Amino acid sequence: MATLQSQDIVRRSATTFTPPAARHQIKVAKLIDVSKCIGCKACQAACLEWNNLREDVGVNVGQYQNPHDLTANSWTLMRFTEWVNPETDNLEWLIRKDGCMHCEDPGCLKACPSPGAIVQYSNGIVDFVSENCIGCGYCIKGCPFNIPRISKADSKAYKCTLCVDRVSVGQAPACAKSCPTQAIVFGTKEAMLEHAAGRVTDLKSRGYKNAGIYDPPGVGGTHVMYVLHHADKPQIYASLPNNPAISPIVGLWKGTVKYAGMAALGLMAVFGFMHHVVAGPNEVTEEDEENAKKLKDAAE
Amino acid sequence: MSKTHSEKSSTVQRYSAGARVNHWITAGSLVLLAISGLALFHPSLFFLTALFGGGETTRAVHPWIGVVLFFSFLGLFFRFWRANLWNRTDNVWMSKLRDVLAGNEENMPEIGKYNAGQKLVFWFMSALILILITSGIVVWDEYFYQYTSIDQKRYAILVHSLAAIAAISVWIVHVYAAIWVKGTIRAMTRGSVTGGWAWRHHRQWLRELVAGKATGAGK
Ligand code: HEM
Ligand code: SF4
Repeated sequence: MATLQSQDIVRRSATTFTPPAARHQIKVAKLIDVSKCIGCKACQAACLEWNNLREDVGVNVGQYQNPHDLTANSWTLMRFTEWVNPETDNLEWLIRKDGCMHCEDPGCLKACPSPGAIVQYSNGIVDFVSENCIGCGYCIKGCPFNIPRISKADSKAYKCTLCVDRVSVGQAPACAKSCPTQAIVFGTKEAMLEHAAGRVTDLKSRGYKNAGIYDPPGVGGTHVMYVLHHADKPQIYASLPNNPAISPIVGLWKGTVKYAGMAALGLMAVFGFMHHVVAGPNEVTEEDEENAKKLKDAAE
Repeated sequence: MSKTHSEKSSTVQRYSAGARVNHWITAGSLVLLAISGLALFHPSLFFLTALFGGGETTRAVHPWIGVVLFFSFLGLFFRFWRANLWNRTDNVWMSKLRDVLAGNEENMPEIGKYNAGQKLVFWFMSALILILITSGIVVWDEYFYQYTSIDQKRYAILVHSLAAIAAISVWIVHVYAAIWVKGTIRAMTRGSVTGGWAWRHHRQWLRELVAGKATGAGK
């Protein structure tokens, strides 16, 4: 959804120039406090509602998580994990709202081959511009969090927009607005970090000694952050990566291979041309033709 | 079989009509694959998607052309593999690459239907097309998304782009050789070459033809 202006764009996929980004907005962030979430899925419903999307009726497999994975319609999903804390032997029901993390250094944008199909605005929001998307799925390979999904309906990639259409008119994202416990809050990144720090202090005072903020530095920090009661082991929250970063394979593919590959092809073509210039054509002579004739005549 | 024309140069049959049609289907699909693939490979080449009706159609059509290429090349493989088996003369040819590049064919041993360079093009293309179809299917998300993990797909697309660069490089060598060695292209357009061409570049093959041992038609 290209609802912000081109002057707000700081990064643009498959584009060799840097956008002018004349307008500098304050960095925003959404903070999801996992310790406050009651798993009611109001946010999930609000997301479908605001974006005017519907999910097919699913299948119950004996747990609350529904649908079973993110889809091209469900851009956010409550992931439920039953975890036994080895220190207390207590069962803890971990509920994490999954969705795009809006990385400061987005792997999807790096991988995307289509100019302008993925953009990052100066407020930090990473957005898919569907009319430029060709549906190749490279963003899926670039993403360290396994977020984008290709729609079966129109073969284009979709994910959370951080409600850029709402944010650009001064509204909080639909999920944050709908959350009854205010586990989801939205504001400037600075304010959110401050708020999160307060929450972490509170959790620590209540015995969660490893409580902390999830703002992974491997992707330059994110514009969607978590407060986790067990921030020392993010993977227990339905495989939230411990230390996410753009895969080095993607880095190689989109870095060295691109430049070395283009150079190799250029050199091959130049070498061929120069060889012709230096060595000239390899031509058959009269003598060759006569020799061939003689050989044949001898055989007949 | 060799046909003798009345004029001063005789011609020799090199490729049957079937082989030529098979070759040009392969060549056409390889070129279309290279163009549509390179369009996604580097932003500066994205404009090439216009040739295929835009980015979405380029993305959708590329793997299907790959399927055509694979089966078409398979045909060429079965036609030509025997004539491309490596032999001792090929080692001699390789050791005299300098003479090859300078066009000093009088210093070279007599060559059969294919020289070592042509054989390398054949075997490299065979291997690369196998790698390209395999890695290509892994990243063909429309039909094969659920069969591999995202990390496997990352490796596959890396391998695919490297193999594509290698295949296009081999293609450049192949096409340049055909342009450089005058009288070669007609082998694939008309099916025949002049006797002098065969004498100069593939004398052993010509001797076998004249002696009636080999059929020039290449199946
Ligand atoms: C043989 C069967 C082949 C299959 C099934 C295949 C499939 C694919 C697929 C699925 C993609 C991802 C984009 C898309 O969905 O269109 C792709 C990309 C690509 N293909 Fe192929 N392909 C094949 C052969 C080739 C050949 C022969 C070449 C070059 C001579 C080639 C060059 C490329 C390139 C350069 C890319 C872009 C890679 C990148 O973005 O880094 N492909 N191919
Ligand atoms: S699917 Fe769309 S957004 Fe994702 S990488 Fe391809 S063109 Fe870019």
